[in-house]
Amino acid sequence: MPAPPIAPPDEASLHTPSSLGDLFWSFSWLALQGFGGVLAVVQRELVEKKRWMTNAQFVEDWAVAQILPGPNVVNLSLMFGGRQFGVPGAMAALAGILVLPTLGVLALAVAFGAVADLQGVQGALRGMGAVAAGLVTATGIKLMSALKTSIMGMPLCLAIVAVTFVAVAFLRVPLVWVVLGLGVLSCLWAWRCLGAQYANGRPVAAAAPATAPAPALPDPDSGQTPRT
Amino acid sequence: MAPALTMDAVDWLHLFTHFLTLSLLAVGGAITTAPDMHRFLVDQRHWLTDPQFSSSIAIAQAAPGPNVLFVGLMGWNVGLNAGGGLGGGVYAYALALMGAVIAMVGILLPSTVVTYTATRWAHRNRELRGVRAFKAGMAPVVVALMLATGWLLASAHRDTARDWRLWLLTAAVTLIVWRTRVHLLWLIAVGAVLGALGWV
Repeated sequence: MPAPPIAPPDEASLHTPSSLGDLFWSFSWLALQGFGGVLAVVQRELVEKKRWMTNAQFVEDWAVAQILPGPNVVNLSLMFGGRQFGVPGAMAALAGILVLPTLGVLALAVAFGAVADLQGVQGALRGMGAVAAGLVTATGIKLMSALKTSIMGMPLCLAIVAVTFVAVAFLRVPLVWVVLGLGVLSCLWAWRCLGAQYANGRPVAAAAPATAPAPALPDPDSGQTPRT
Repeated sequence: MAPALTMDAVDWLHLFTHFLTLSLLAVGGAITTAPDMHRFLVDQRHWLTDPQFSSSIAIAQAAPGPNVLFVGLMGWNVGLNAGGGLGGGVYAYALALMGAVIAMVGILLPSTVVTYTATRWAHRNRELRGVRAFKAGMAPVVVALMLATGWLLASAHRDTARDWRLWLLTAAVTLIVWRTRVHLLWLIAVGAVLGALGWV
């Protein structure tokens, strides 16, 4: 099943996976590199190396993968594989992300029983943890550039990033409240920003006319200003 | 000390349905359901000991691959306990493997079906205003969640005397990954070596 065209002009340089086997081995390889979480590796492999998606697409897909039930990287592999080759593609990517890593983790569990108390092993785990923190942080910084093309505008996006970061990292607000609170407000605001391009829920042909008045400035407090 | 267990078919079924019901609640990663797994596996059923429970999570996080593999490790340990522990030989390993498969299928099956169906629908309708608003609205929240995850991982240390060195390592890695294309496995290896030598 051919993938529907998803590439706007500036994404013309994207590649696609060549086969189910390509999907399986690519996702296996990225899963096996993902110590302490796979996020940084997924972005590096799928966007920067394979060029299978743009940063903006990655952020969008990651958002969906994060919100739906199930592990985010498992969801992302399902979505990506499914878009390329339908159900077989989803299964190939899913198998890639799970099969070899499962065998690896079971082997490690057996081995760990013997060496768990060695100080060197504990130290190595600690060092790898610190590196993993850096990997995730750097990925977040890189993906901020994807917000430049947001319909809501970069400044507002950065404000949302800052508020969400404080809520999660410092105030330790549970994820579900962050999503239902900040996430829903943000989506409502994006909905409003998209208004110029839609009529009765359907896209208006050829996007916004050049003569359209400048969009009203957002009200950052309510996010609920009446539609123009 | 691992508990000596006998598990019948109904017990295995309970194990399976427990993970099955948690699957759809695992929004934001399976790790968010770990407290409920602890309640069921350790407190209520005594199928796992506390150290087995925590080391399942720690090993899965240290190992390559998605963190959800900790669920498989829990199933593995339940099976191992039911087979008489590490001394149980082939029989114990067979039960352990069965436990791992039961746990992984249970935690993944419902969420996989829901995610696949929902995202196919969203992709077919990607021009709908609601779908675009959802994606555009969630993007900054997701970026912030990544930054916050990095922050939480970096600040998870307890040993204050060593803390500044770990922070330095995290900051250096952040800069390197942001600015260069150094292979990520090299960085992991450097972190492991520095830690093993006791330098961080």
